Amino acid sequence: MTIEQVAQILNAEFVCCEENKHNEVHSACGSDMMSDVLAYVKDQSVLITGLCNPQVVRTAEMMDMVCIVFVRGKRPSDEAIALAQQKGLVMMTTQHRMFSACGLLYSAGLIAGESC
Amino acid sequence: MEHLHLEYDVDGNNFVSAGQATENVKFCLKGLGVNPQDIRRIAIAMYEGEINMVIHANGGKAIADIYLDKIVVQLIDSGEGIANIEQAMQPGFSTATEDIRSLGFGAGMGLPNMKKYTDDFAIESTLGVGTKITLTVKF
Ligand SMILES: Nc1ncnc2c1ncn2[C@@H]1O[C@H](COP(=O)(O)OP(=O)(O)OP(=O)(O)O)[C@@H](O)[C@H]1O
Ligand SMILES: [Mg+2]
Repeated sequence: MTIEQVAQILNAEFVCCEENKHNEVHSACGSDMMSDVLAYVKDQSVLITGLCNPQVVRTAEMMDMVCIVFVRGKRPSDEAIALAQQKGLVMMTTQHRMFSACGLLYSAGLIAGESC
Repeated sequence: MEHLHLEYDVDGNNFVSAGQATENVKFCLKGLGVNPQDIRRIAIAMYEGEINMVIHANGGKAIADIYLDKIVVQLIDSGEGIANIEQAMQPGFSTATEDIRSLGFGAGMGLPNMKKYTDDFAIESTLGVGTKITLTVKF
């Protein structure tokens, strides 16, 4: 699916880099602990999280992820937004909680990234 | 040129800038045309190390040496040191405070990740003196 479809499924609002919404994404990872995200090196393109600090963007960048979804209506910090803009990383925020956001995307066909 | 030598000061009082050294190294490796999978392995390991220096050791130094066939990264700090390295290497072991956990760190996965993603991982630590970690990824 595309990033735009992710936004539609989650009824999410773009925070930055909406211009990259036509990029394709296949797999996702949901966590509030960054080292958990970093523990699976396989290609994952979407990070679903409730954390809003700039290290979320750095973590996504290390993993070559292209999109971050913030759950529970959270908005990333200004520093996080500035960093994401530099990298063209799409960010969006949804009112859904972590469990439903993951569930909705999973049923729509996004898969989990696996360990190597 | 025989190899590329990069040095960075990792600021222990700046959580926001943590990871900048790794980002810079990643950028260089991309420019050199290194395989993306290898870039990601060293990026994850070095980033975990950089974050550790910021949250557990009040900062330190990151040194990267890039050769044709490998990268060697040294992370050197003068923090408290690690009392029991074997215990610190266990997945899930962490001394991180609730404050650090609320920033998304403290799962106790950093050191195990560093070992898992590198071809060679060496750690030396002395209580009260500091910690030195050497990471090698072969291309
Ligand atoms: N550079 C360091 N200086 C002093 N202690 C360290 C250093 N690096 C790691 N440690 C100690 O080893 C423990 C385990 O480190 P590890 O990176 O595996 O987990 P963590 O940093 O606590 O959590 P995570 O990496 O999952 O965010 C830390 O909690 C800390 O006590
Ligand atoms: Mg760590």
